[in-house]
Amino acid sequence: MHIPDGYLSPQTAVPFLAVMVPVWSVAVKKVKRKLKKREVPVLSIGAAFSFTIMMFNLPMPGGSSAHAVGAVLLAILLGPWAACLGVSVALIIQALVFGDGGILAIGANCFNMGFVMPMVGYYVYKLVKGRMIEHSGRALLAAAIAGYIGLNVAALTTALEFGFQYHLFQAADGTPLYFMYPVKVAVGAMMSEHLLLAGPVEGLVTALGLRFVKTTYPNLLSEGKHDINYSNHSEVANHV
Amino acid sequence: MFRNYRNLWLALGVLIILSPLGLIASGTAFGEWGVDQLEEEVGFIPAGLGRMAGLWTHAPLADYGITGFNASFMQSAAGYVLSAMVGAALVAGIMTVLSKIVKD
Repeated sequence: MHIPDGYLSPQTAVPFLAVMVPVWSVAVKKVKRKLKKREVPVLSIGAAFSFTIMMFNLPMPGGSSAHAVGAVLLAILLGPWAACLGVSVALIIQALVFGDGGILAIGANCFNMGFVMPMVGYYVYKLVKGRMIEHSGRALLAAAIAGYIGLNVAALTTALEFGFQYHLFQAADGTPLYFMYPVKVAVGAMMSEHLLLAGPVEGLVTALGLRFVKTTYPNLLSEGKHDINYSNHSEVANHV
Repeated sequence: MFRNYRNLWLALGVLIILSPLGLIASGTAFGEWGVDQLEEEVGFIPAGLGRMAGLWTHAPLADYGITGFNASFMQSAAGYVLSAMVGAALVAGIMTVLSKIVKD
């Protein structure tokens, strides 16, 4: 889902960068206000987790590959705006250091995987979980569904960005200038892979990740975390 | 930082060590073909794409590996694990610094 340079016209890539600037600015403000100091290391680990999980390429029928992103897990644990920053940092490092995803395409990639995905996943999770507590089976199911839908909506926005290039940007002789297949083909290919394989894996990663974090660090996630005095004294000391 | 969330760091470490599993899928993701692959996959190189594709050539660990060190699966796997370590450390480090700036 990492769009390389050249697949999007500059007329598409640059506006996405322009859209991400205010998004990142809101994300910074939200994180400043809402993320607790003790959650900062979790965001750092979470961003590194997202980076690493994207390296687990899954083989697709037909010889292609796809991967999970981890953005919905971060959104459930820390909120969608913190997830936005964490995944964006991971994507920018992937582009600069590993050549995975384009430089000019950073805006579009951060929009798809760093904004659309955690936002959609977060609200699907809230909706499905309802009033059940974080430790319920229903919450785990909600996390799985949220991961599945979050990744697939991100795949859909990516496919649409790809596909519209074909329709909007063609040379005088009618050959495509950038992405070379119509929307129908892009959506078909991207969605079949993500609906059938990468999506279920994202759901699994989200649910198992949530279960792991809430069994090892129950205080981090408890509904009433704003009121609870967590027992780890060193953390309390850090706060004072 | 490390003591309070030891288990999360450990889990991240396990993922990094297991990362070469991601090499088993050798195919390129849809829409991520390199210019050299386009001829084979698509049949031609779109003009605009060809012009923009080489925008960034300074990635020190391009394709999550060490250039020229991919003769065997073991070499690729070593490059991949190194990439995961470097990448995870960079991302966690930058995120920590960023959070500190934002929160203070």
